[in-house]
Amino acid sequence: MSRVTDAPGLWSLAGRVLGRELTLAGRHWDQVAQPLLFYVIVVTLFPLAISPDLARLREIAPGVVWVAAMLSCLLALESLFRPDVEDGTMEQWVLSEQPLAWMLLMKTVAHWLVSGLPLVILSPLLGTGLGVPVSAWPVLMASLALGTAALSMLGAIGAALTVGVRRGNVLLALLVLPLEVPVLIFGARAVSLGMTGEAVAGPLNLLAAILVLAISLGPMAMAAAIRIGVES
Amino acid sequence: MNWTWFHKFASPPHAYRLLGTMRPWLFWPALAMMLWALYNGLFVAPTDYQQGDSFRIMYVHVPSASMSLMVYSMMAIAAGIGIIWRMKLAHAVAAGCAVIGAWFTVLALVTGAIWGKPMWGAWWAWDPRLTSELILLFLYLGYMALRASYDDVQRADRASGILAVVGIVNVPIVKYSVEWWNSLHQGSSLSLTGSSAIHPSMLPPLLVMMLGFLLFFGAILCDRVRAEILSRERNAGWLIEAA
Repeated sequence: MSRVTDAPGLWSLAGRVLGRELTLAGRHWDQVAQPLLFYVIVVTLFPLAISPDLARLREIAPGVVWVAAMLSCLLALESLFRPDVEDGTMEQWVLSEQPLAWMLLMKTVAHWLVSGLPLVILSPLLGTGLGVPVSAWPVLMASLALGTAALSMLGAIGAALTVGVRRGNVLLALLVLPLEVPVLIFGARAVSLGMTGEAVAGPLNLLAAILVLAISLGPMAMAAAIRIGVES
Repeated sequence: MNWTWFHKFASPPHAYRLLGTMRPWLFWPALAMMLWALYNGLFVAPTDYQQGDSFRIMYVHVPSASMSLMVYSMMAIAAGIGIIWRMKLAHAVAAGCAVIGAWFTVLALVTGAIWGKPMWGAWWAWDPRLTSELILLFLYLGYMALRASYDDVQRADRASGILAVVGIVNVPIVKYSVEWWNSLHQGSSLSLTGSSAIHPSMLPPLLVMMLGFLLFFGAILCDRVRAEILSRERNAGWLIEAA
């Protein structure tokens, strides 16, 4: 009993959404680069504000890198759903018979690929500036890879909820930051354990657990929120 | 099972009248209990051998802290019911819970700080329970901010409802992540199953105060939900007839 339809399957749909998002990101690469630049600048501010002494910076390095990453993710979220809602694309997605939650998940994955992944790749460079030893690079990158992915998923729920609000960016921070506290705690803890050479499996596993939970339940909340956002 | 009573509760005129009848039955016992517990807690209960008279703030601190969490769960459950069964009254309940719960949270934080000054020598310590209570306050404020930013009540209801449900999933995670730190805060002295670590003579005022807070919350919630119904139904026929 197959319906005659040219609708794509789940995986081919995922490929199409990812392809579209990455193409769009490539065309607006300056917008993609801005949160990264922000990340670099925020990290640079801390030595200027506190002290150039590497021993002191090393103590606060995990926290600085993580808070900066969190703020940079927050900044990037603003452009996640808003342009598509404003030009009507999202309305078509809602009306189409494809599963909205799945498409939004793929959109968020694409968003992470252009906003979270570069941040992970940049982090050893910035970490070195703050005195993070080379031995802690793998932990730094692993914690940020898991963590920024979780931040993207949680943040996407907030972005979807505020998409129907006119000036939503401050509101978005207010909604999303308290929800992201556990990610910050486990991420920064993993890095500081890694810097002293202790076992890091605990916090990394917990980060992975948060990510899995966010991926399984988040898209449904996003889809429900987007439906409210576009219905006006 | 007969669900008529439940469906009847969803009708604004019925709920408005019912809440009005319930309110005095909650409010006056609450007031009596709170006064009794306050008197017994402040004057009758013996002085603590370690903390002196400072421990007495517990009679306000513990009930408000436990209410802050309970009200948040109730808000999330009401919001969930509102989203699933599209029941406007459940959203009105959730909206009413938010403000009261936020004030309970503030009260718990303030009394905790007042207690912390003589005990720890500092108004504030980055202790797990204090911190998770503070994050709970942020969650309440975020919920209220999201509600306030929508002009249309129905959209505000649904959007903030999703946030409340996401928040309740997150609350245990926040709690356990924050407990990652070493705790300065003393462990819980109350236990329903085992014997309580608190001295029997100090216990009755605390339990009565907790019950009093619960009834007081119910009474204020009645007022808030009635106010919500009035503002939502301001153009409805039954209200114009009643006025």
